Amino acid sequence: MICLKTKMDNVSLTIKVGGEAGFGIMASGLLLIRTFSRGGLKAISINDYPSLIRGGHNVILVRVASHEIFATDDVVDILVALNRETIDIHKSEVTDNAGIIYDNESFDVKENDFSRKVSLFAVPLMKLTKELGGDVLMRNTVALGATVALVDYDFSYLKRVIEDQFKSKGQEIIDTNIKLAQAGYDYIQSYHPHGYYKKLKPKMKSQKQVVLTGNEAIGLGSIAAGMKFIAAYPMTPINGLLFYMADKAEKVGYVYKQPEDEIAGINMAIGASFAGVRSMVATSGGGFCLMTEGVSLAGMIEQPVVIIYGQRPGPATGLPTWTTQGDLHFVLNASQGEFPRLVLAPGDIEEAYYLTQVAFNLADKYQTPVVVLVDKYICESYFSIDFDHFQKKIPIERGKIMTEAEQSAQEEVKRYLLTEDGISPRPIPGRKNGIFHSNSDEHDEFGYSTEEARVTKSMIEKRMKKLIAAQKEDRDVILYGDPDAKHTLVGWGSTKGVVLEAMRQLDLAGQKGLVNYIQISWINPFPVDSLKALLSKAKHIVDIEGNHNSPMADWILLKTGITIKDKINKYDGRPFFPSEIIEEILSY
Amino acid sequence: MSTIADFKTAFMPNWCPGCGDFGIWGSLKNALVEKGWGPTDFCLVYGIGCHGHMVNFVKSYAIETLHGRPIPVAQGIRLGNHKLPVIIVAGDGDTFGEGTNHLVHIARRNVKATMLVHDNQVYGLTTGQTAPTAPKSFKTKSTPSGVLEEAVNPIAIALAAGATFVARGFAGDIPKLSKLILEGLNHPGFAFIDILQPCVTFNHVNTYAWYRQHIYDLDENHDVENRAKAFEKALEWGPKVPTGVFYKVEKPTYEEQTPQLDVKSLVEQDLNYQNLESLIDDLV
Repeated sequence: MICLKTKMDNVSLTIKVGGEAGFGIMASGLLLIRTFSRGGLKAISINDYPSLIRGGHNVILVRVASHEIFATDDVVDILVALNRETIDIHKSEVTDNAGIIYDNESFDVKENDFSRKVSLFAVPLMKLTKELGGDVLMRNTVALGATVALVDYDFSYLKRVIEDQFKSKGQEIIDTNIKLAQAGYDYIQSYHPHGYYKKLKPKMKSQKQVVLTGNEAIGLGSIAAGMKFIAAYPMTPINGLLFYMADKAEKVGYVYKQPEDEIAGINMAIGASFAGVRSMVATSGGGFCLMTEGVSLAGMIEQPVVIIYGQRPGPATGLPTWTTQGDLHFVLNASQGEFPRLVLAPGDIEEAYYLTQVAFNLADKYQTPVVVLVDKYICESYFSIDFDHFQKKIPIERGKIMTEAEQSAQEEVKRYLLTEDGISPRPIPGRKNGIFHSNSDEHDEFGYSTEEARVTKSMIEKRMKKLIAAQKEDRDVILYGDPDAKHTLVGWGSTKGVVLEAMRQLDLAGQKGLVNYIQISWINPFPVDSLKALLSKAKHIVDIEGNHNSPMADWILLKTGITIKDKINKYDGRPFFPSEIIEEILSY
Repeated sequence: MSTIADFKTAFMPNWCPGCGDFGIWGSLKNALVEKGWGPTDFCLVYGIGCHGHMVNFVKSYAIETLHGRPIPVAQGIRLGNHKLPVIIVAGDGDTFGEGTNHLVHIARRNVKATMLVHDNQVYGLTTGQTAPTAPKSFKTKSTPSGVLEEAVNPIAIALAAGATFVARGFAGDIPKLSKLILEGLNHPGFAFIDILQPCVTFNHVNTYAWYRQHIYDLDENHDVENRAKAFEKALEWGPKVPTGVFYKVEKPTYEEQTPQLDVKSLVEQDLNYQNLESLIDDLV
């Protein structure tokens, strides 16, 4: 059940910062969300950016609230415009009485540019920046100070965030940025003392929070799981994971390798896994295409490997920097041959951390590749999360990995020993005794090549038995909301937060019994029984997916025999927004 | 000390009688014995082709990978456990068809591995198509009017990519090839050995007799530390074909330059990271 507070003093607002790529828009968003998060407020930020380094329009949306929030709507309460284009593109998104921060000395903005009533807050961003000896690219810092002043928030939070964020860049940079932020703050206090009509106050008592992306949560999860080798070729949206893992490699003690291509990446990870370490790769659709023969190799030689798959819209290069859930069928059917392909789909940041750890345990226990399927929205959006959540790590389970003594007692190990559950004890190369063969050709129990019919049959059965064993792992699907609701939404992955936010808003509007939500995070093994039980009780089922073809509805039909007729789909590269879901639900 | 018999499996090679693979197989085992390695002291990493069947004929730690992919798998093994020597056994298709990209990168990384390329200019396992090393005009089942492309030059590619040990052997001279492989095993970096071998079934031009007529040994007058000279020799293909070590220098390996591997190999390290909380704290 979701926990809702309905006090009258609840405040929620969305801030959009826009400007040309290269203006430091993304950095501004992170500073802002951390500033609010440290005051105990809940905050989320999502970014829209083109696949360019300079030029093109960049936008970061920050939603901050004094209560629990799960997603943002695409509306703007405070628009911070670093250029005129930001006004032109986003003027229709503003709410009534929105606040507009803009540089009146660089471009003109008039109230009648907007169809709704707005308050204009002119701040000479460029002039203040230059006067205080800042680089023109630092004018977003002045705008941040102005934004914080507009909602009467305690400036010291922003100051400390700047100190921490620029720590590596030296005291001079820190001092300049604080001066610039202070100038923006003071300017609003002097010239626009009433500010924006909604105010944000830090909470007196609050849980310590962290602010992180799904990429970072996956990285932390992999470190918590004892991952020792990661290969990742650059590709949006997993670059954030790549940066995080490359940055922490020496400190933590694992190896990050940038391979020559994704083919090399997966094969390196398989090699490292064969050598006995926990290994992973990270990529998006195009990269995973190149990896598929390697995935098949891992399936055949029964090598654990974890694959982080961040979806972005295809086909081909598609929309490199936008989001989708279009690749479910591809992942479930990737590669030649029959072998267990385990797939987990975290619905949010907490699950990204948790399920990444689970993925490593599953890979080791069932000696097969495991995909953690996320998307650009989860990978790159920032969420404030309770610190304590990340201290909970799950125990490392390495399955039937052999001890040195067990292995060394044998001169030659049957790498593919036929067992009841299909899982063979797993030796490690380089030990004193117990040599073994891993073989991509069909093989006998020792790993020697064979084309014999009986052995082939028993080896395929052995590998597929592991999926039956893994099925015992399956976790019940989770039902959020009123079990007797009029409509039941069924979804997976990043639609979770958006649906929960829509439900929260409906709840506040007195529509608590209208809709509930079933989230599927274990895709293979699939929670057949618990899903069947819930769906058979549901009054009206609606499948919701960020794609065109509703592959989860297909998968549910295949696994449970239940056909879902009504579907909500979105496939324009943008995430769902809660208002869209509410509108769809109300139309039934 | 090991003996040839230590590497014996229950299977006898199924290569065509007279196949060059026999010579490479024998030479490898000779070199292993000479090196003093038994079946548990190293790991063989195979590609796919006739050569890949060797996985069944050598008892050792071994992994048979995919066509073209033994190199990245070997690198993963080296990073996972850099105390375990790896030997890559690959074909000309593995190395210059699907896997050329990987060769270039393992060479410039100088990952410590010994690579034996079975180079017979044809794809024997798939019954006689052209290999990238086949000479122009060479007729095969996939090029009935003759190959239109120029042959790739394995030695020059390895040199250009930055390999620190580049050599060419001949499967028909087991004593010399054994010595050459041993030299590769002893090299503290990436050792690339292109091995000329007849395919008795599908290549009726480059026969044992042809090789014996054409090859000669690079002698002590060849400066193995001079890369330009090595290139010069690499470009020589007819009337005579040089064999032996073209180039040999010592440089730090990729593993040596990775601080995480200074003390323990990754596989020896504890899985539990003790400072997880400090990483989380960085994200407040």
